[in-house]
Amino acid sequence: MGSEAHGIPTGWRRWVLSTNHKDIGTMYLIFAILAGIIGGAMSGLMRGELMEPGIDFLTNFTGGDVEAAKHFFNVLTTGHGLIMVFFMVMPALIGGFGNWFVPLMIGAPDMAFPRMNNISFWLLPAAIALLVISIFVEGSTYPGVGTGWTVYAPLSTSGHGGPAVDLAIFSLHLAGASSILGAINFICTIFNMRAPGMTLHKMPLFVWSVLVTVFLLLLSLPVFAGAITMLLTDRNFDTYFFDAAGGGDPLLYQHLFWFFGHPEVYVLILPGFGLVSHIISTFSRKPIFGYLGMAYAMVAIGVVGFVVWAHHMYTVGMDVDTKAYFTAATMVIAVPTGIKIFSWLATMWGGSIKFETPMLFALGMIFLFTIGGVTGVVLANAGVDTAMHDTYYVVAHFHYTMSMGALFSIFAGWYYWIGKMSGKPYPQFISKLHFWVTFVGVNVIFFPQHFLGLAGMPRRIPDYPDAYHLWNYVSTVGYMITGFGTLVFLVGVYMTLRSKERVGDNQWGEGATTLEWTLSSPPPFHQFNELPRIK
Amino acid sequence: MSLNKIFSTVAVFMVTLLCGSAAALADGIYKAKPDQLGFMEPATEVMRDIVSFHNGLLMIMCVGVVLFVMVLMIYIFIKFNAKANPTPSKTTHHTGLEIVWTILPIVILLIIAVPSFRLLYLQDVIPEADLTVKVIGSQWYWSYEYPDHDDFSFDSIMLSDEEAAAAGHPRLLGTDTHMVVPVNKTVRMIITANDVIHAWAIPAFGVKIDAVPGKLNETWFRAEREGMYYGQCSELCGKDHGFMPIMVEVVSEEKYNAWIAMAREEYATNKTDNLTRVAMLPAQQ
Repeated sequence: MGSEAHGIPTGWRRWVLSTNHKDIGTMYLIFAILAGIIGGAMSGLMRGELMEPGIDFLTNFTGGDVEAAKHFFNVLTTGHGLIMVFFMVMPALIGGFGNWFVPLMIGAPDMAFPRMNNISFWLLPAAIALLVISIFVEGSTYPGVGTGWTVYAPLSTSGHGGPAVDLAIFSLHLAGASSILGAINFICTIFNMRAPGMTLHKMPLFVWSVLVTVFLLLLSLPVFAGAITMLLTDRNFDTYFFDAAGGGDPLLYQHLFWFFGHPEVYVLILPGFGLVSHIISTFSRKPIFGYLGMAYAMVAIGVVGFVVWAHHMYTVGMDVDTKAYFTAATMVIAVPTGIKIFSWLATMWGGSIKFETPMLFALGMIFLFTIGGVTGVVLANAGVDTAMHDTYYVVAHFHYTMSMGALFSIFAGWYYWIGKMSGKPYPQFISKLHFWVTFVGVNVIFFPQHFLGLAGMPRRIPDYPDAYHLWNYVSTVGYMITGFGTLVFLVGVYMTLRSKERVGDNQWGEGATTLEWTLSSPPPFHQFNELPRIK
Repeated sequence: MSLNKIFSTVAVFMVTLLCGSAAALADGIYKAKPDQLGFMEPATEVMRDIVSFHNGLLMIMCVGVVLFVMVLMIYIFIKFNAKANPTPSKTTHHTGLEIVWTILPIVILLIIAVPSFRLLYLQDVIPEADLTVKVIGSQWYWSYEYPDHDDFSFDSIMLSDEEAAAAGHPRLLGTDTHMVVPVNKTVRMIITANDVIHAWAIPAFGVKIDAVPGKLNETWFRAEREGMYYGQCSELCGKDHGFMPIMVEVVSEEKYNAWIAMAREEYATNKTDNLTRVAMLPAQQ
């Protein structure tokens, strides 16, 4: 089947000079796992500090200096956020699964621009290197960027004198360029390289989700790049974009940031939506319910996602009518999201459900995303958000959508496709243990954070009034459980790769209907030299 | 930290939710209580409305939707697992059902929207004020100015753990001086910042507003009960973001007047300092 006319490159050339979508996808997945471990370790340090009142944990890393430890905590919140968003979830879902399976699912031999695909990936190690270096160079008085992942001016301009913020900005420039190039590649691939007969309305939902996602990236990232470039010039070249003293406006930065930042959170979750659809359908042995509704719900989420950004800014002093508009627009998002949840349930209705590990993660994702969704509706109300803005309620909300929505769909996709990608089966017991430990762990971390938020505990503080002790303690215990779950995952990865067993072309049987299951496991180095025809 | 304790607090939480209000505070101190699960005890009409809107409608919506999805999922797991239902159906769509689950959420959202907008406009349309207080956020303390009373001003800095314990304030929430306002009077707050963005918040008042350098923000509250109210900076502002608390004492009219007389003398010398500092504002980079 595969033509080896060009020969398969070997050694470092196969990876560093790779133009093969599957090899690049594999590198993205490895990158995401490594970045996830770094980002996860950072949250562990934060939870360690927050387990007990007082500042006496992070001081272990600052030579006993309490002031340095306070700043280090902010560096950790910043690093955790940026790494998880730009270097874990996005590379895993779009770079990893997107690269691997978009060409396979649409019956294409590779991505449209294989060399651009290579640079998209190789910009990322450079980007994360800059971010990690920034932790060790001067930020404000102490090393590292302590601005939060939002990098609000003027804390990121006059508030941070040293070069750390500049390095972080360059890091984001590179990560952004990588994503824009990737977005162009996906758009061209999906629009031009579908197998004969595969109309847009026959395209698998994962491909739909990636298509919507990359459009969001293409339209929002340039705004973000502009905003952080203005930060850079404000910092270094005496411009005043975000400085009121020179006629600028600190809030302009927030508008630009969230014009990118809000679509960005849909970038993180939409590919997960697509993935979960396939998994639910496969393990219910039923076609997806309401395919068109599902596809256009994602388009609707993408479109509306561009006009709700200021709900992140309810307390900045906006006009009341503006707040009313953003309240209304934000609540509208609940409608297409509801369509998705109900369509998944309807897909399972009347099905013949097998609870394999990918299905467990997909079901966990649906349930936990529902919790994150309803707290999102609560937060959408500007009036109530006054009480919740910048408290742990918000932290709980977006971790239910991201850390459980996006991460659970990544794990679901991992177990769904690891057999296809490696040709080897994942271990049954270990993978199920991974699910249950993680499911319990993340809930113990984040559910109590709703209580903390309602009681008024602000985000991004290294020490808290003693009244908040109990739930912080519980939350840290949850982190330990989740951390153990992550170890179980890594053991599972090791066992999979060492396995002597092999899986067949279609591991999941008749429920799995997309084109990747027609190929061998793993697929040949080059596939579809003869294009499949879709009826 | 026994499991029992956790279960009992969850039980208390449910009871609190059902009753719709927390136990009133006897000591007139408004801060989070240990093991608290819901909002703080409200002290203004706005916060009362936030609490009743949240507990009375939003929370019910949340619990209702989550329970609905959960019950459906459990039912599906029992009824449609591979053992119970070996042959899957072939249904792929049902227009009626799809219309229902589009319309129904819209209806729920409309039900939410009405009280939501009422609350928003109550909160954001500032009534005629009885007095005005200006707050300035700096790294890492708050300053208060009383323009109605000769513009006296003072800085409010967090007490160390020992000082707070000695003064009877909770750790990390006590300040050396604090804002004082009369009970049942509409207070207009004017808020700005000196260096980076901060946010001034008192949870029991339902007030949270960013202090943005170069911008004057406005909000208001009308405290209905005397007592000491605590809050914390609510926008990341650097190293000591977690260590610039806010203390507001609500007192009777007489006590307020006595305090004003005292403060005028006590803080008179701060006046020029403060003017200088504000005048220097644009020069700071």
